[in-house]
Amino acid sequence: MARQKPEPVQIVKQRRDAALGALVGGVPYIRYLGIQFERHGDELTAVLPFEEKLIGNPLLPALHGGVTAAFLETTGIITLSWSYLWEDIESGKLDPDTLTKGDLPRLPKTIDFTVDYLRSGLPRDAYARARVTRSGRRYASVQVEAWQDHRDRPMAQATAHFLMPRP
Amino acid sequence: MTADKALIAKQFIEMIPHAKALSMQITNIGDGLAEITMPYDEALIGDPKTGVIHGGAVSTLMDTCSGAAVMSHPDSPAGTATINLRIDYMRAAKPGDAITAQAECYHITRNVAFIRAKAFDADFDNPVATAAGAFTVEGK
Repeated sequence: MARQKPEPVQIVKQRRDAALGALVGGVPYIRYLGIQFERHGDELTAVLPFEEKLIGNPLLPALHGGVTAAFLETTGIITLSWSYLWEDIESGKLDPDTLTKGDLPRLPKTIDFTVDYLRSGLPRDAYARARVTRSGRRYASVQVEAWQDHRDRPMAQATAHFLMPRP
Repeated sequence: MTADKALIAKQFIEMIPHAKALSMQITNIGDGLAEITMPYDEALIGDPKTGVIHGGAVSTLMDTCSGAAVMSHPDSPAGTATINLRIDYMRAAKPGDAITAQAECYHITRNVAFIRAKAFDADFDNPVATAAGAFTVEGK
């Protein structure tokens, strides 16, 4: 029996990027903070480009702790939603075109969010990655870490719990 | 003395670029208590289908308000920074409503200030979110 020919790489990339773009681009607050997502396969890295309006302590200067928290929370929700929707995106059950039109599926809701500040946020770009430690039918646990210049010197870390949308 | 401290804290908070960007207004401050209001803004929407504000914006408001409460405490010399903050989200804030945070610095040592905070929309009987955290005590 002949094996099925693999999908052309540009088709795969286009589908995944369109789905991610729709997921992120539909949220005004993500746009307001200027957060972008880079994708390598299914791995996401969030990027927060520095802007003057993100400053929380003008004397140091340092990023606002609330901005850091919001950046971590956004990274957590998008990464969790992304892993939750991945199979439907890949199977074609979820059409990127309907997503782009703003018809987003229901997303997880934050139950609680705990952030530890490890270093003051410098006035430059920040990065974050999340790891879904458990994704159940009703609840999910997610860990998030943010850093700036050095990946092994995190500026903040967070643990969050989410209520999963009903299928 | 305490009135001066409240004034300094108010001026400092109002100088913060990100607090300004979110149009935060201090409505009450002094003796370890602070209240800050943030108007509804479409740029802060987290769920485009319902218009509900993003949790991150509520976190930012509570973090700012908690910092203000620490700075206004009689035993706090000057500045502060967040060490840790835990936020529990009770319900979605009503779209269109301003969000008000109330924070209390209920204990302070030479190095650490402990806070509790709540956030409300127009319904002050049912908080949107609650928070607890630890802040640094700077400048001693």
